[in-house]
Amino acid sequence: MSDNMSKNISGFGEKADSNGNEFLAFTLGKEEYGIDILKVQEIRGYEAVTRIANSPDFIKGVVNLRGIIVPIVDMRIKFQLGEPTYDQFTVVIILNISGRVVGMVVDSVSDVITLLPEQIKPAPEMGTTFDSDYLIGLGTLDERMLILVDIDKLMSSADMGLIEKLAA
Amino acid sequence: MTIDMSQFFQVFFDEAEEGLAEMEKLLLAVDVSDPDDEDLNAIFRAAHSIKGGSATFGLTDIAEITHVLESLLDRIRQGKMALTSQHVDAFLAVKDTLKSMLDGHRHGTAVDLEAVGDVRKLLLSLSEADQKPVVAVVAAVEAPSLPAIVIRYRIELPRLAARDMEALERELGLLGKIQKSMAADGGCVFILDTAQTTESIVEICSFLVNADEFKISLADDAISKEEQQGYGFFAPFVPQGASDEERGYGFFEPFVPLASTDLAKSAVVAAVPVEAEDAPVLAVTENHLEKKAKGEKPAAAAVQETSSIRVGIEKVDQLINLVGELVITQAMIEQRTSTLDPMAHEHLLNSVGQLTRNTRDLQEAVMSIRMMPMDYVFSRFPRMVRDLAAKLGKRVEFVTHGAATELDKGLIERIVDPLTHLVRNSIDHGIELPDIRLAGGKTDFGTLLLSAEHQGGNIIIEVTDDGGGLHREKILAKAKQQGMAVSDSASDGEVWQLIFEPGFSTAEQVTDVSGRGVGMDVVKRNILAMGGAVDIRSSKGFGTTISISLPLTLAILDGMSIRIGHETYILPLGYVVESLQPASEDIKDISGQGRVIKVRGEYLPLIPLYQIFNIESTFTDPSQGLVVILESDGKKAALFVDDLIGQQQIVVKNLESNYRKVAGISGATILGDGGVALIVDVAALLRSSRQLSDESVFS
Repeated sequence: MSDNMSKNISGFGEKADSNGNEFLAFTLGKEEYGIDILKVQEIRGYEAVTRIANSPDFIKGVVNLRGIIVPIVDMRIKFQLGEPTYDQFTVVIILNISGRVVGMVVDSVSDVITLLPEQIKPAPEMGTTFDSDYLIGLGTLDERMLILVDIDKLMSSADMGLIEKLAA
Repeated sequence: MTIDMSQFFQVFFDEAEEGLAEMEKLLLAVDVSDPDDEDLNAIFRAAHSIKGGSATFGLTDIAEITHVLESLLDRIRQGKMALTSQHVDAFLAVKDTLKSMLDGHRHGTAVDLEAVGDVRKLLLSLSEADQKPVVAVVAAVEAPSLPAIVIRYRIELPRLAARDMEALERELGLLGKIQKSMAADGGCVFILDTAQTTESIVEICSFLVNADEFKISLADDAISKEEQQGYGFFAPFVPQGASDEERGYGFFEPFVPLASTDLAKSAVVAAVPVEAEDAPVLAVTENHLEKKAKGEKPAAAAVQETSSIRVGIEKVDQLINLVGELVITQAMIEQRTSTLDPMAHEHLLNSVGQLTRNTRDLQEAVMSIRMMPMDYVFSRFPRMVRDLAAKLGKRVEFVTHGAATELDKGLIERIVDPLTHLVRNSIDHGIELPDIRLAGGKTDFGTLLLSAEHQGGNIIIEVTDDGGGLHREKILAKAKQQGMAVSDSASDGEVWQLIFEPGFSTAEQVTDVSGRGVGMDVVKRNILAMGGAVDIRSSKGFGTTISISLPLTLAILDGMSIRIGHETYILPLGYVVESLQPASEDIKDISGQGRVIKVRGEYLPLIPLYQIFNIESTFTDPSQGLVVILESDGKKAALFVDDLIGQQQIVVKNLESNYRKVAGISGATILGDGGVALIVDVAALLRSSRQLSDESVFS
């Protein structure tokens, strides 16, 4: 029963068992976000990127990740969340979105939390920075509230321009 | 012991296809009035291998056809029957049928059974046309199940008492033909040709030897000397009923002496059934025996060919990727050590130098695995040209040039279709009918030249015909009719490019060869997708040349690294002509069009990369920085950069695998310091430098 619940609410239920889902919690500006831990390949510090000419601001450029060319996206610029600073605490979350590797710059990464399905509430249809299409819901853990992002959907969206649209 | 045949199927299919291709090539080359014995032998061998293989694998339908074909060929080869063009046509038809049958077995595609029947009838009628009794042939054909297959086993035994050995030899001899030889360790090796199963052999051996002390295997290397098939896993298996036809080519040992006696030409040859290739000088004067001796020579060559192995392409690609990584690592080491004091670190630096050389050699060797000669593509055209010319009533001489030029396998496979289309077009539209040619003061046969050559980092493949050439007015009229925006003053080059537009055809009538106007646009799209370019040169009344330029390989290229501001970019070296520091008086402004630079009397457009890529550069005045002269497709331009850094081999990484295509960038690479540098798409830059500076391209 609880399995079904989680499917209905979160929209992804493969890993939903009684132990709940694990989310990587990170901060962007003043807000705390969570993404499915299974999409995360690794977490790295921010290093110099190679700028790609004439690309949008939030695409910082590309880096060499052990021989693979990986684009780096700065979420703070994309969603206008505070002033982007790059220091030794700046973190890049390397995501693996259906085989494509993308780096995402965030302010910091806090921890991995487990949320039971009943701790995930549907997101209200209102003004979060993220379009509610890209949200799984809001997670609550004690006093914390995490905005759970469907990172798959977000990164694949035309909005991000990371993946070439199929030529007509 | 049961043999798992399935693993050999793939090998057989590959071999059979090669055999058929070879057969076709030879048939097309053969001079009917005076056929070369070598060629006839080679054709025969190809047919024979396919027969042997198909019989082994139970593909009786193929075995039947090839058997008849082989018998016919054998008679022609022995001079008992004259080769006619009728034969050649029939054999080509047989080849096509066999191919479709093979595909039928391999991929489960539908086989035109009617065609199979027709071909068989055709062959039989040709056989009957000869005086020879056909009964034996037909009988053999109608024994399709091939009940007894003779297999050659190799039996390795430990050291035994001489008496036991003799007994064993005698017992085994009852199963079939046996050969005995001593092994180095004092043991003994029997080579046994038998239709019996291994169980029978094991049974006999077990009387005298412990089961774990002897080894029975299929003898493969032992026979490769006498047979050229190259499927090589099995000894010759010949349908018993066919033994009559097997004679005379020293293939199936037991019959050779018989065959030779039958031919009753020379006792010498009978004594040297297999070693004929070792002893061609045995003063065998008889005509067809000489042929036989000659026929064995290519066999030796064929044995050498089998020293290749078949490897999955993914293994090769993995190897190439790994070497690519190694090259990057090596470049890193080289860069890190370049700052060291050469005196204090002499040994280290020497070793690094050695590593550099070895890495480069390794890289070259690995890349060469993927390279294949253009012959792979060219060899399929003679047949097509022949058939097409015959169908259209034209006479075409087909010439190839540079068939040995090598190209990456991935590209070579993708070039086949576009090239096929171009060749068809040339024959259909280009080359005129004989009487029109004569009226135009040309020879009645047209020439179609297919050439390939390396030019810098590219391969240039050209399809040239000496036909009517492109008709400028017709193309322009057609374009206008289709509502394309064209002006009468367009240059020839621009007009010719129109034929690559979708739906464009000037053929007056649609034939089944061409004229539908689909194709040329596909050709161009395919070639562009491979990173190449197409160019047309044509002169009315003298012919047309379509020139395709392709990068040699997509994985590794020589690059020149340049600096603009703080950014590093790579220019593929193949495009770089020279670099120079221009004098300020050589740079001229053309209002609204940007700037040009005068280089040795030539005005070249100046492409300011810092503007195109929106970089804060150190210099904005070209006379302070450097310009790199680039050339692509005959177009030249000067690229304004801050500085040259150096030249290095780079491994091309795809930007699209994790990101997407970026205008003006063809890929990325990893530099010695681990950073990423983008590779400038020079061809696109030159093609459209005017549009590139236009912001809309990047939106």
